[in-house]
Amino acid sequence: MSSRLWKIFGGLKLAGFKTMSMEHATQDAPLAKTLVLPLKQHIGKAAVPVVKVGDSVLKGQLIAAAEDYVCSAIHAPSSGKVTAIEKHLIPHPSAISTTCIVIETDGKEEWGKCITNTNYRQLETNTVRNIIRDAGIVGLGGAGFPSFIKLNPGSNNVVDTLILNGAECEPYITCDAMLMQEQSRKIIDGLNIMRHALQAKHCIIAIEDNKRTAHTMLVNALQEHEADYISVVQVPTLYPAGGEKQLIKTLTGKEVPSNGLPVNIGVVCHNVATAAAVASAVLEGKPLISRYITITGEGVDRPINLNVLFGTPFSELVDYCGRNNKAEQFIMGGPMMGFEISDDHIPVIKTSNCILVQSKKTEPEYVMPCIRCGQCADVCPAQLLPQQLYWYSRAKNFDKTQDYHLFDCIECGCCSYVCPSHIPLVQYYRFAKTEIYAQEQERKKSDIARQRHEFRLFRMERKKAENEERKKQKRELLKKVNGEDNNEDDAKKSAIKEAMERVKAKRDAQSIAPKNTSDLTEQQQKTIAEVDSRRKKVKEES
Amino acid sequence: MHSSPYIQKNENVSRMMLAVIYALIPGTLVYVHFFGFGVIINIIIAVVTALVCEITILKIRNRPIKPFIYDGTAVLTAILLALALPTLTPWWLAALGAAFAIIIAKHLYGGMGYNPFNPAMVGYAMLLISFPKEMTAWIPAETHGLSFFDTLNFSLFETLPTGMSYDALTMATPLDSIKTQLSLGFTLDEIRSTNSTIFGNIAGYGWEWINILFLIGGLILISIKVINWHIPVAVLGGLAFMAMIFNFSDAGSYAPVSFHLFGGAAMLGAFFIATDPVTAAVSNKGRLIYGAGIGILIYIIRTWGGYPDAVAFSVLLMNMAVPIIDYYYKPAVFGVAKKH
Repeated sequence: MSSRLWKIFGGLKLAGFKTMSMEHATQDAPLAKTLVLPLKQHIGKAAVPVVKVGDSVLKGQLIAAAEDYVCSAIHAPSSGKVTAIEKHLIPHPSAISTTCIVIETDGKEEWGKCITNTNYRQLETNTVRNIIRDAGIVGLGGAGFPSFIKLNPGSNNVVDTLILNGAECEPYITCDAMLMQEQSRKIIDGLNIMRHALQAKHCIIAIEDNKRTAHTMLVNALQEHEADYISVVQVPTLYPAGGEKQLIKTLTGKEVPSNGLPVNIGVVCHNVATAAAVASAVLEGKPLISRYITITGEGVDRPINLNVLFGTPFSELVDYCGRNNKAEQFIMGGPMMGFEISDDHIPVIKTSNCILVQSKKTEPEYVMPCIRCGQCADVCPAQLLPQQLYWYSRAKNFDKTQDYHLFDCIECGCCSYVCPSHIPLVQYYRFAKTEIYAQEQERKKSDIARQRHEFRLFRMERKKAENEERKKQKRELLKKVNGEDNNEDDAKKSAIKEAMERVKAKRDAQSIAPKNTSDLTEQQQKTIAEVDSRRKKVKEES
Repeated sequence: MHSSPYIQKNENVSRMMLAVIYALIPGTLVYVHFFGFGVIINIIIAVVTALVCEITILKIRNRPIKPFIYDGTAVLTAILLALALPTLTPWWLAALGAAFAIIIAKHLYGGMGYNPFNPAMVGYAMLLISFPKEMTAWIPAETHGLSFFDTLNFSLFETLPTGMSYDALTMATPLDSIKTQLSLGFTLDEIRSTNSTIFGNIAGYGWEWINILFLIGGLILISIKVINWHIPVAVLGGLAFMAMIFNFSDAGSYAPVSFHLFGGAAMLGAFFIATDPVTAAVSNKGRLIYGAGIGILIYIIRTWGGYPDAVAFSVLLMNMAVPIIDYYYKPAVFGVAKKH
């Protein structure tokens, strides 16, 4: 395998602020009294609770099941009792509340049954994927897409390269770096399992070249035979080198097609923490119930990485790390792509990689008009024209934004970072994307309504036509039946007629006509006529 | 609460404009050395007028005044306009040009960031068309013998020291005289020998040094990434290409490349005027086309046009072409198959 690296377009050299949270080894966060577990901590449908309020649960017990394909199960992070299933504030850019299972911990940390599968190489790849699915593993790099789906290449794709993403290019965040230092063997075990599931040929663990210790530890942890198919590669420290598409380009020189998936070009990319979670799930039978998370920033006295059970409130972690008077702004994730949270009484979820605690920024600088300097385009790793996207997003000309490939924007924030006019460019793109989604939804809805209406019209038309047809058939049938009847009638009628004629002929022959009306005189006829006309007159008058 | 990113580069429009103004200083000083204090007087008049107009219009338009004054764009426009003017001029010329640039070319089109045409060049073009006599009369480099007060006196009251007359003092620029005399049938060598005082080593006397220092200022701007290399390189490339072809075909009737590159406002135009981001193309390919267009037009207007220099008209003509350049030259998006 060539060790050549390819250059990505644009990007930024950012100050890292990483050493501050890497001075101490990772600690286990203290067990919280109450754990709040949102049913949706991933991309896809929310999981469905399988416990009731009042139930006792063991550590690692399934509490919400994945009933859809794109969905992920939730497990009890510690033993205790389910005290509520209710709405609770979750880590979300829009500060929304969703249904959560609340567990009161009992402090015993009593594990449920764990089924280990050390001989995973003998298992069907499907079985391995199911273990990973049942363990509730999602991408821990930030997106939270159910991992078993990304471990299924599909029947038409051959996976050439499996990439483990340990680039971690955002400033401040160090949880992956610490994990690579401290759990290097576990990551490689997980990588082997993933490789088995994907039947991938080569594996690359990619690390930014500012994380030397992590690189050394991983190289040392490789067993001799593993070095044949796993390479640990250092990539240049450049934000966003860890973006999936950017990392694939750097390592393979291939560009993931717009609207395509990495697997289309024979590459699958997973986060290093996901690999470690896979190893725990398969080798130890432990579902995903905790993760490494960086608590850092000037708002805490002891920035550090913690191994945190899901559901633990941010506030307790910040307190544990020495909340100081600069702790005013909380950002989940890094400063480039994270989002601000207004309240730190929200739980850690599967995708929480960092809590950045900072002092409130002074008033944002006055936003000047765009001077078209083009610095945004120079740094855009997706090679878009951020300026044009901005104009069209602002003008709500959403068709045009799509012409300029709005949906290839990875929201890395490079453009906003360099803009000398301080225009919040990414905010405009997010706005445009959600508007387009909303329009799409709206269109789908109206499409469905229209289809329904059209189907109704069609149905009525059809019914009418059917009725018509039925009537016609009936009529024809009737006509046919009547036709036969008529024939019978005719036969009868003619028979009757014949009979009557016969009778008449007989009568005529017998001459039984009254004799007093024949051979009348002129006078008599006249009188009769008079009488008749009088009668007629009387009849008419009456 | 706004969305990510939560960190930002320590950069803003004022800093960029200030950098451009600083980069103009070396060239301006040499300009003053050769052509006297008229340069400074023009700059002061233009800047004051521009600021007064800017504030007035911002007030009328109900816009915040502080950010738009501190952004430095009005000052830069005024300086660029002043640097393009002849140095012995009445005060109202610079004032009128600056007012026109700010009020008409900038604010009537929507203000900073929205103007399709380079305001300084619109101001300059208006002056050139309206006042051709004042706009084409230049004093000779270094030998004019005017003091600061003489110049100020002329600027304010249009009077000159006794014994000097405006018509005797002023003359055409080297670029202009070459054009005129070539059209009269003289060859380049004849022109050179009869007008030795206005020619230097590689271009017009004095002008060559001004151009070299503007070139240095421009290179500094590129090195600190305030401007990209594409536009200046394309402008100079386009100009040099045209000059080379014609000079090669008939060296007697067409000035050499160096004369064009280091004469007139070539360097000022390439590095400081054509690079105005608001009115230039945005993609790198687009910038190359835009710049090359300006370079070629400069040569055409200088050689066959009726004006002494051609930067203003070339820039304005290419400003018009920017929307269509931007439409056709978009960078290839990541992951989208490149069109062949």
